[in-house]
Amino acid sequence: MSVAPKNNSTSDDGKALTSSALAKDLISTAVITLLILIPIVAMKTVIGQGVISIVYRFGMAFALTGIVVGVRLFLHLFVWHKAPSAASKSTAASALKTVSVSETIAKYIAPGLLIFALCFPVFTFFHPIWDKRVMDLAVYILIYIMLGWGLNVVVGLAGLLDLGYVAFYAVGAYAYALLSTVYFPQWFGTGILPWAFYITLPVAGLLAATWGVVLGFPVLRLRGDYLAIVTLAFGEMIRLVLVNWFSFTNGPQGISVPKITFFGLPFKDAPGSFSDFFGIQFNRIHFYIFLYYVILTLALITYFVTKRLRRLPIGRAWEALREDEIACRSLGINTTTTKLTAFAIGAMFGGFAGSFFAARQGFVSPESFVYIESALILAIVVLGGLGSQIGIVFSAIAIMGSFELFREMDFMKAVLPSGTEPIQFRMLAVGLAMVLMMRFRPRGFVTKREPTVFLKEKKSVSGDLVAEGHG
Amino acid sequence: MEYFLQQLINGLTLGSIYGLIAIGYTMVYGIIGMINFAHGDVFMVGSMVSFIVLLALGVTGGSGAFMIIFALALVVVIAMLIASVYNWTIERVAYRPLRGSFRLAPLISAIGMSIVLQEFVRIAQEGRPKPMQPLISGGYELMHRTVAEGGEFTVKISNMQIMIIVSTLILMTVFTMLIQRTALGRAQRACEQDTKMASLLGINVDRTISITFILGACLAAFAGLMFLLYYNVTDFFIGFLAGIKAFTAAVLGGIGSIPGAMLGGLVIGMIEVMWSAYFSVEYKDVAAFTVLVMVLIFMPQGLLGKPEVEKI
Repeated sequence: MSVAPKNNSTSDDGKALTSSALAKDLISTAVITLLILIPIVAMKTVIGQGVISIVYRFGMAFALTGIVVGVRLFLHLFVWHKAPSAASKSTAASALKTVSVSETIAKYIAPGLLIFALCFPVFTFFHPIWDKRVMDLAVYILIYIMLGWGLNVVVGLAGLLDLGYVAFYAVGAYAYALLSTVYFPQWFGTGILPWAFYITLPVAGLLAATWGVVLGFPVLRLRGDYLAIVTLAFGEMIRLVLVNWFSFTNGPQGISVPKITFFGLPFKDAPGSFSDFFGIQFNRIHFYIFLYYVILTLALITYFVTKRLRRLPIGRAWEALREDEIACRSLGINTTTTKLTAFAIGAMFGGFAGSFFAARQGFVSPESFVYIESALILAIVVLGGLGSQIGIVFSAIAIMGSFELFREMDFMKAVLPSGTEPIQFRMLAVGLAMVLMMRFRPRGFVTKREPTVFLKEKKSVSGDLVAEGHG
Repeated sequence: MEYFLQQLINGLTLGSIYGLIAIGYTMVYGIIGMINFAHGDVFMVGSMVSFIVLLALGVTGGSGAFMIIFALALVVVIAMLIASVYNWTIERVAYRPLRGSFRLAPLISAIGMSIVLQEFVRIAQEGRPKPMQPLISGGYELMHRTVAEGGEFTVKISNMQIMIIVSTLILMTVFTMLIQRTALGRAQRACEQDTKMASLLGINVDRTISITFILGACLAAFAGLMFLLYYNVTDFFIGFLAGIKAFTAAVLGGIGSIPGAMLGGLVIGMIEVMWSAYFSVEYKDVAAFTVLVMVLIFMPQGLLGKPEVEKI
């Protein structure tokens, strides 16, 4: 219900504020908020034993309306009507200056993060509370960082809004599941099973990339918004096929698959296992630490491949395509091939991540590949700032970490009505964050855009100063 | 033949609902050139509000006919009002400030808004589907035939279906009059053709866009009520699938064309019903999505639309 403070803000900065205009504005805000809240919030329908009844919660609706009006009053008094000061005017000079300051910090962020990520599991030995739950969360976050980096190629670099990215994730996961449980034993015997993940990984990536091309080919002539809907439809189609093609995918029940092994050595308390081979005490944490390094490696591969690709002609073509498709075409860039490669490479990373996901869970079912997952990955890319790879790390940590925080927030329960858990608000918060991000920082928090090629000297231009063409 | 006729009636009913939602997509696309991704969720809000108000009024299938008609009239007004407020607010908060921003910004904002609406309703009203007793029952038998195996097959049209089809017809007539004959409709059409020129000629573009959103929401809310009465169930997620299908309808009819949207809705409803009847129920959504892809590839201008000319 924190949806309420969506102020109907018209940007009337600097206008004089008369008290009658203010009163009128506040009253209309109150009326609109009440209309929004009364049926949905104030009249809650409760399904009991065979009867549906309404629980009236007018107090809550009025309280929320009070909050919205209060916030709007505050904004009117202290934020919106301030005379624009000289400092807030963003001139080219000041924008360039802030860029150079943040540039010095930015130089150390990526290596610092890398060292932290490499050392992260070591902390678990010193800190008794940091157990496998923390490692598991770290693995989970890294999966989303990798997916974010993969989708970033499509959305952030090439500017194609893909709402069905989870389809490629599903292709990767099911490729691993079906190959390791059905086809590998059939073709090579069961001896190959401990190695299944390592053999399947490239296959899964290739399959996902092929699907990227197959799905991408017919639709890439479309404009941005059509493309979004069609990719969404494709994502749902793949999920529906996974649900309904029972003989092939085992339908909604899903498939149990072998978990990842340490290059053939399984993680269990038995002879021939990882701990037995190295002669150490068996501990579940080894499994999580190994998972962590596998996904870290995969994610770093994604990062460096993308980083290098940006410097190749194809990467530059992607970014040019994002900025202005018509200019691109008139300069002789083959837009279809350019789009297809972006789609295929993004899909390939999704396939890798999906394969890893299946090997981590030991189980796949269509339930993991619903639309909301695509939206979540898109949210990570958007909040990180379209095109910014470091931004995605922070937004993935922020979103996934805050999901965990929502779970822990006990003080919220005191404020919330009984029966609602803070965890329920997580997607609401993500959705709101997407809207607010587009409203206030559409270019992301890190708005620096560094040219990958330059003549004589490098001139960084703040993203705020770059207009974007329509494609 | 009888089976086909029955499916035709069912398809017509479902198609009317899709068509009503599709008009909202097509009008918004026509005027500001963006897909209002949250429109399907406005339909869901309309359906949910209808459910709540019907429950609050306490009418059941057992109430008198007069009582039911009165209640429904009230519900229509309230649902339209609330859905309009929602859509108006969405436009003000999430889309208007983004005009002139970069290409993907409004679309991403719309996706965020769609998540917000779904989650808002889910949290406030619980996620479980809300079942309802059928309000309007009964119907007419149109045809009657004994089938070879001794069973018999009757072609029925229920009162509910009659109501949906007739009220959609009435609503469409009123709506077409509004667009064709009134100053408001003229302003709307002018903005659709050329926003900048319209504003130079003294049309308040912001106001016209707001009204477009409100009109779209009214039709969606009506469709939401019809959906609730037809299926006797609603939940927070119905807007997602219905939204995609209605969008497909809008594209199929030619985006920007209002009669096209209605026609597209009918065709999509027909395809979905026929597919479930003759092929497989499981893949009916896949069939609708395939239509979307096929139309976009082979006939992007749709049935009644104008071919899009790219201007620099």
